[in-house]
Amino acid sequence: MAVVEEEQAPLELESGEDQITERPLGAFTRPGGGGGWRSWLFTVDHKKIGIMYGAAGLLFFIIGGIYALFMRLQLARPNNSILSAETYNQVFTMHGVVMIFLAAIPLGAAFSNYLIPLQIGARDVAFPRLNAFSFWVFLGGGLFLLTSMFIGGWWENAPDGGWFAYSPNTGVLFSPSKGIDFFALGLQITGIASLVGAINLIVTVLNMRSPGMTLMKMPVLTWMLFIVQLLLLFAMPVISVALFLLTFDRLFDANFFNVAQGADPLLWQHLFWIFGHPEVYILILPSFGVISEIIPTFSRKPIFGYPFMIFSGIAIGFMGWGVWAHHMFASGIGPVAVAAFSVSTMFIAVPTGVKILNWLATMWGGRIRFTTPMLYATSVVAMFTIGGLSGVTHSLAAADTQQTDTYYIVAHFHYVIFGGIILGFFGGFYFWWPKMFGYFLSEKIGKSSFWVMVIGFNLTFGPMHILGLQGMSRRIQTYSEGQGFDLWNLVATIGAFLIAVATAMFIANVFISWRAHRAGKTPAPGPDPWDARSLEWMTASPVPEHNFDETIEVERQDEFWHRKWGKDETGRVVRRATAEEVAHDGSNTNVHLPSPSYWPIVAALGLPIIGYGLIYNLWLCVVGGLFVLGGLYGWVFEPVDDPNADGHHDHEAHGTSEETGAEEVDGNSSEEVSVD
Amino acid sequence: MEIVLRRFPLTETATTETSNDHSEDHVSTLGVSNDKLGMWVFLGSDCLLFGGLISTYMLYKDRIGPDDLGPEEMFDIPFTSVSSFVLLMSSLTVVLAITALRRNDIRRCRIWLLSTAILGAIFVGGQVYEFTVFYREGLGYTTNLFGTSFFTLTGFHGVHVSVGIIMLMSMYIQSMRGKLTSENEEKLEIIGLYWHFVDVVWIVIFTIVYLFPQ
Repeated sequence: MAVVEEEQAPLELESGEDQITERPLGAFTRPGGGGGWRSWLFTVDHKKIGIMYGAAGLLFFIIGGIYALFMRLQLARPNNSILSAETYNQVFTMHGVVMIFLAAIPLGAAFSNYLIPLQIGARDVAFPRLNAFSFWVFLGGGLFLLTSMFIGGWWENAPDGGWFAYSPNTGVLFSPSKGIDFFALGLQITGIASLVGAINLIVTVLNMRSPGMTLMKMPVLTWMLFIVQLLLLFAMPVISVALFLLTFDRLFDANFFNVAQGADPLLWQHLFWIFGHPEVYILILPSFGVISEIIPTFSRKPIFGYPFMIFSGIAIGFMGWGVWAHHMFASGIGPVAVAAFSVSTMFIAVPTGVKILNWLATMWGGRIRFTTPMLYATSVVAMFTIGGLSGVTHSLAAADTQQTDTYYIVAHFHYVIFGGIILGFFGGFYFWWPKMFGYFLSEKIGKSSFWVMVIGFNLTFGPMHILGLQGMSRRIQTYSEGQGFDLWNLVATIGAFLIAVATAMFIANVFISWRAHRAGKTPAPGPDPWDARSLEWMTASPVPEHNFDETIEVERQDEFWHRKWGKDETGRVVRRATAEEVAHDGSNTNVHLPSPSYWPIVAALGLPIIGYGLIYNLWLCVVGGLFVLGGLYGWVFEPVDDPNADGHHDHEAHGTSEETGAEEVDGNSSEEVSVD
Repeated sequence: MEIVLRRFPLTETATTETSNDHSEDHVSTLGVSNDKLGMWVFLGSDCLLFGGLISTYMLYKDRIGPDDLGPEEMFDIPFTSVSSFVLLMSSLTVVLAITALRRNDIRRCRIWLLSTAILGAIFVGGQVYEFTVFYREGLGYTTNLFGTSFFTLTGFHGVHVSVGIIMLMSMYIQSMRGKLTSENEEKLEIIGLYWHFVDVVWIVIFTIVYLFPQ
């Protein structure tokens, strides 16, 4: 798939030839810059894509939260009958799948997309159109999964095998609805999104850094997100294999999980958890990165032990591959394997502990400002420690066999996922909101919603420790009276609704603060509202389309902070310059940017169609395949930069992205065809 | 990881004088283009895909019914050796195509492009033939675990080769339109990377799947 045409455009124009009208595939002109919905649909701007990831992630978070509320209503009283057992199976499965694959991963992707290029001082990601493709594939896959709720009947065809969908339980024999097909194909599609996103961001971090920004000068957030992308890169193909095997079993009568033919029921568990455990770190590391930016900023101290933070992150990334079987202690993998994975699981607590101590040491002796982001960040340290400690109790295999499949497990992973990840992300929202949108979120509403959320969270998941140790199994639809479960279940339900209230307060805050900002009642944040340290604060808020007015030469870690602050003769830290003096004002309009494109969204649209085709009618696959192929070919033959683009963004001065952006599709488009 | 710091890939303004300096446009932090790095990164990920499929095959290769034919009886080693040799030779021809393009020898480049694609097609054709023979001998996709995992693994590899052929033929068509010059040699090089990778994977599969049981 050669890409040849991009050479002609700018070069020929500059040599004085007439304007050419570029019509990729001979039919369409490119989308112009413009505004309105088109500027979002066809955008290749990493900031807009990041915001869309965030919005979609929040939307799915709310949907997943509604599922959770129904589960909690069902469990509020013994012998309740709001949800039937069949529906309950589907609701808890959808809750898990939506929260992990459609809320937590994309919210991490939102931070990656928006912040990585800014923090390394780049203009955009390495492959802007691939970035757009990644988002639309994710959204298409997510919506595909959600349609299982109502296609073929209300709550008839949603996946019902739990988020880890153990085979052979998810074979056609035991799960005859189409739910697992939706599960397998939907996750396959979102997996493509994660994979191409990972390739894109890895290349971005390795290849697009500002001059002087060596790896060990990158902000901790960028580092953690980089490790996450590496984990995604190697974990996604493994889950892809597992999902392929499951799909082939269900659709084409393959035998991978057919026990009658002698299949090994542990195969799925191994494949799933080899993906699944790195996945846990894929989820948590972005949040670790977020609070590693927030805590130093509001403690007015550099991060304590920067190299330790980085290397403990790398250690987590490596060791995350060697602990997967601790999810399988109860499945009979043998005493040697159990002992080995026990030990490795205890070990992986060490680098995490290093991080926690480093955050504490960063705060120690700092001049702490308890703003909303800082409140969230400190709560992550506390809540994640609780979740981490209950995690260590699982590493003791003997204890784990008692805890497996009880609410104790549910309590543990909600403390790490909600307490560690979601709270961190909310802190991140409050922290970067002024940078992204140019206005502050109200601190008053923010702080009160924080307290509602943390109290609600602890009320919900704290009692689950007790319930689990009392023997309440997870995933049961109801329980009878007199088992001692009544009180704590009611408390948990009340807590869950408090979390819902807090989330609603956050959403309300967004609109209330925006209206206050529009009415001019709140001050403009300026480039650097928090006196922060990394490069994204060195440009105007909201970030202009071209990010930075000029290339930033980086000399040290926390470059921006060092440009603002220095030491006088006596060694006291004094301000050298205001943020406004140092930061770029976004006035440079003569910057070349990649042009928007139709093709990513066209190619992405084909994948869910193929998905429906595989489930319902193979002819649809042809339609979907044509979308994908047409999209990819249109994409490949379209230059990165539109020679006809009007306005001020049309000069060729971009270098790498110009030369290579068009080309990347070759490589990467191939894998969409080949892998999937 | 050696880090070579060169000019920032994003120059700040766009005066045509500086932007015409095309020779400098290729640099980046690591000194390798984004595209090539992207392909390497993707291939790293693809290793895990085949790793998962090969592990599954290894787990299941001996799980057959009492009357089914196993890997030892099924495989025709001389035949597959020949088709493997054909595929390996295509790695040579793709290199010849790249060097020809580097010399701006478009005519030779096209010949080698076409021969690479044809060699790849012969390999895929051989695979289709092999599958048919196996099917006639009683090994269907759903017959037993050996059949399921064998066809899935080799099928995935065949799809990879086919995608490579499509990319090579797209390059060939571009050359027919006169759009292939030594300036976009890197594109061919990246396709070449993919092609070599697919060949290397086949060496692994051939050794593990075909030769080990013998």
